[in-house]
Amino acid sequence: MSANVAAAAKAAPSPDDKSAISVRDMRKCFGDHEVLKGISLEAHKGDVISILGSSGSGKSTMLRCINLLETPDSGEVRVDGELIRMKQGRDGRQMPADIRQVERIRANLAMVFQSFNLWSHMTVLENLVAAPTHVLKRPRAECLEQAEALLKRVGIWERRNYYPPHMSGGQQQRAAIARALAMNPKVMLFDEPTSALDPELVGEVLRVMRSLAEEGRTMLVVTHEMSFARDVSSKVMFLHKGEVDSVGEPKEMFARPPTPQFKQFIANFNK
Amino acid sequence: MAFDFYLSTMWSVLKALPLTLEIWFFGIAFGLVIATGLTWLRASGSKLGEYFTRAYVFIFRGSPLLVQLYLIYFGLSQFDFVRHSPILWPILRDPMYCTIVAMALNTAAYESEIFRGALRAVPVGQIEAAKAFGMSAFTRFRLVTLPIALRLALPAYSTEIILMTKATALASVVTIMEMMGTAQKIQHDTFRPIEVLTCAGVIYLLLNLSIARLFAWVEYRLSPHLRPPPEQSQQIRPVPEVL
Repeated sequence: MSANVAAAAKAAPSPDDKSAISVRDMRKCFGDHEVLKGISLEAHKGDVISILGSSGSGKSTMLRCINLLETPDSGEVRVDGELIRMKQGRDGRQMPADIRQVERIRANLAMVFQSFNLWSHMTVLENLVAAPTHVLKRPRAECLEQAEALLKRVGIWERRNYYPPHMSGGQQQRAAIARALAMNPKVMLFDEPTSALDPELVGEVLRVMRSLAEEGRTMLVVTHEMSFARDVSSKVMFLHKGEVDSVGEPKEMFARPPTPQFKQFIANFNK
Repeated sequence: MAFDFYLSTMWSVLKALPLTLEIWFFGIAFGLVIATGLTWLRASGSKLGEYFTRAYVFIFRGSPLLVQLYLIYFGLSQFDFVRHSPILWPILRDPMYCTIVAMALNTAAYESEIFRGALRAVPVGQIEAAKAFGMSAFTRFRLVTLPIALRLALPAYSTEIILMTKATALASVVTIMEMMGTAQKIQHDTFRPIEVLTCAGVIYLLLNLSIARLFAWVEYRLSPHLRPPPEQSQQIRPVPEVL
């Protein structure tokens, strides 16, 4: 354990009303392989945290453990101060104590996936309306109105009646971001949102994400986009081999890498 | 003369079409109910359910429908308790019911395998997205898993339904005068197998043609996302080619 981990743990105070997401000592194994070795994270409202790390460092797994797409083996997750209650399963592994609570919390944590995962049998508009009407039980007309506004905002309103397979990757990802926004989420989770895109399509997605950051949304972004991490995010977290290697201000981190691992990591990107 | 005979035979066999359709309809309807139950058992994750459905599929897919039909019609009536049961006997002494039961049990085995495959082929990412947006297991199934799985199952399911249409001909061996039974009777009376069987064959062909077209239409309607995008399809193929 490096000194930075202790620092990160210290930087995670008891949940207060400013806390959006608070993770304490999260651990996760896949078989014999320990992917997360005790991760702590504190995201305040309005924070945009870029989570960096080479592949296999556990950054995606950490994000997926926050909304319980993966079940962490131990540790605490609080969203908006509310602890996700866990219990011991029959097989000895941890599992959610109350699936209703998990579903309610997930509805506040909209996720944007690397491979978009839009529902392919629904049009873009239907994709945006499905969860708000069926999960949040909001009136359909209101959801449609909001959906159209969001599609205008991300610049694909003309494609509202298209099916996802008929759109480019960049358009699909913008639709996926609009689908996440339609939930009026408290926190947005981005799981490598530009990694599956052709290089010339990355820009349009990053522009949308930048505008979200500027309006003060709370975002956790797992990414390989160094410019986004450095220029847009308010905090950078670097994971190395399942541990938090370093956390800090983006400008500071990139100007003076606090650890050899992070220095090595950004050096590889600048090659 | 020959033409008149074709015409009269066609008409006689056609008069048996409603009976064929009745066997067909109830066979696939009950079959669908049983298949749904089997699929649910298989997908429920219980070990017992899995063993049961595997044994069921092994038996009913692995043995000829004719053997199953004979066993149900001639075989079960050998047991005293069947003959004395107020529920079983009214069903199993009737060849029509026996045929429907045999067909339903048989097609359920195939269909449950089709549905299992379709459920497994639903992209994991789309189910994950439904989870991540807070949908409950039921909502997830209704909005995402089921619609996608149905589309995936449709081609194989339509083949199974066509196989069932042809299987209704087996009812003739347990004394039912559906199309095949009627055709056989005319053949025995007139000794003109070519004309008679050709008539029956043509009607089965036309029946299956309409069923295939119906499924093609349903598939077309349900899969706009698998066709070329709107503006392309308007330029390249203005008329859908299925109908």
